[in-house]
Amino acid sequence: MGTLPGRRLVLLLPTVLGVVTLVFAFLHLLPGDPVEIMLGDWAAPADAVALRRDLGLDRPLAAQYVRFVGHAARGDFGQSIAFRAPVARVIADRYPATVELAIAALLLAVGGAVPLGVLAAVWRGRALDRIVRLASLAGVCLPSFWLGPVLMFAFAMRLDWLPVSGRGGLAHLVLPAATLALGMGGILVRLTRASVLAALGEDYVRTARAKGAPRWRAVGVHALRNALVPVVTVLGLQAGALLAGAVITETIFAWPGIGRLVVQARDYPLVQGCVLVIGVTYVAINTAADVLVRAIDPRLAEPA
Amino acid sequence: MTSRLGVVAGVAGLIVIALAGAAAPWLAPTGPYTPDLGARLGAPGGAHLLGQDTLGRDVLARVLYGTRISLGVATAAVGLSLAAGTVLGCVAGYAGGWVDEALTRVIDVLLAFPGLLLAIALAAVRGPSLPNVVLALSVLGWTGYARLARAAIMSLREREFVAAARALGARPVRIVARHLLPLAGPVLLVQATFGMAGAMVAEGSLSFLGVGAPPPLPSWGAMIDEGRPFLLVAPHLVVFPGLALALAVLALQLLGDGLRDLLDVRLDGAGRMTPS
Repeated sequence: MGTLPGRRLVLLLPTVLGVVTLVFAFLHLLPGDPVEIMLGDWAAPADAVALRRDLGLDRPLAAQYVRFVGHAARGDFGQSIAFRAPVARVIADRYPATVELAIAALLLAVGGAVPLGVLAAVWRGRALDRIVRLASLAGVCLPSFWLGPVLMFAFAMRLDWLPVSGRGGLAHLVLPAATLALGMGGILVRLTRASVLAALGEDYVRTARAKGAPRWRAVGVHALRNALVPVVTVLGLQAGALLAGAVITETIFAWPGIGRLVVQARDYPLVQGCVLVIGVTYVAINTAADVLVRAIDPRLAEPA
Repeated sequence: MTSRLGVVAGVAGLIVIALAGAAAPWLAPTGPYTPDLGARLGAPGGAHLLGQDTLGRDVLARVLYGTRISLGVATAAVGLSLAAGTVLGCVAGYAGGWVDEALTRVIDVLLAFPGLLLAIALAAVRGPSLPNVVLALSVLGWTGYARLARAAIMSLREREFVAAARALGARPVRIVARHLLPLAGPVLLVQATFGMAGAMVAEGSLSFLGVGAPPPLPSWGAMIDEGRPFLLVAPHLVVFPGLALALAVLALQLLGDGLRDLLDVRLDGAGRMTPS
């Protein structure tokens, strides 16, 4: 058990290298010349040559790849064209804001979805179950780039309860986090409900009840612990949607995170650096989720 | 809701949406690009049922024509992903060995990445255009179908009817296409239904961020973005395109849920589990 996180960390390395390779491949192998895309059609030939040399695009592909991996390993992602500053510094300045938003959304989604999902399963078919299922379907269907402006309109502009945009105290965090959390919450509610329902039919829950465990204990301890395994796994996978959703949410609420940098059109080094950082974050979250799942369910802790 | 009812509701919803897009020239009071600068941000009602946008263009017309972009991009992206994923998955599943090993590795790396994020980044560096949106959505979209096709083919490969076909001299391509692929159909169909919903939302997201459909195309996502600064005075600019997208996604979601139950298909969680 103690060696498990270590083993996962070793596995992390090839995955991260894979992510780095993937980012390189997508930005370098797909049709289209980055220099032409960045400068537009009317660029002076001398400028194009200079930019090509600055980005190292005049070298053979293999040399570019080695250079890219080497620089990325040292946290050097080149110079941002739009910000005229090192990409690493631009990202470092804004990364905390994105992490803050993502954690708030995660807490909101899990804190809302898991209890609601459990209650919906326990009271299957009753009014609360129906309301929860309907709400979760709405959460899945309503796109965040629509929900965000609507929430902003209702709670910031009409009711004037919360600030419209920007980053500041807790009040600034509510609307962006809620927007980001709703889609994920919808998925988690459905999943929690389904897996608690499945667990409630298991022998060990009946055994716990037969041995005199109160109903809340049979559900809250015996059923929930097993039901949480798929929930945590999907939580890790959904973190990807959360990070991608941050791009949209940060745009809507003028949140100064790295998500907004991704849509900084035509700034190759910056987009590349952001995608890389977010990709590695995602891999790290999934590794953490994997370790957590095995802690919840010791049966999975045996090496496969 | 019973699964049969869900399928019926989903199909009916999709037919209505597709017809609305097809019949847009007859249903819309004006063209989607006809400006009316005297009536900018006009409220819903009268000749303009859903109101007018920042240039006085009819919102109903733009929502109706937007159906074509949303459905068109999603169909193209899912079609490409489904075709590429099925072919690659079948090859890997039937051939096995190092071919299978190599493809599985590639898929594992691709899945270790938030798909929408990469699509956004790709579209951002390549500039806004509909072909770029389709490309960005398909580049990672095929992996889900490839995994399902591979798993289905592998589970069927050693069955007696395959041995019989092989004994009769059938070539691998024929065995896969005629005997194995039809059995993998239901699971791919369900996945493609959810994939359509995902692609429609993704197209909207890209267009909303300004890296999808270029102006003046009436993409729902772009319309929401254009209406955002006028939220307080003209909320209809944001509300109606969003409702259109939500209804389309709801129809696909109902259809997917219903088909999954009716065809008794099992998708593993969110399409995959972590490898152990």
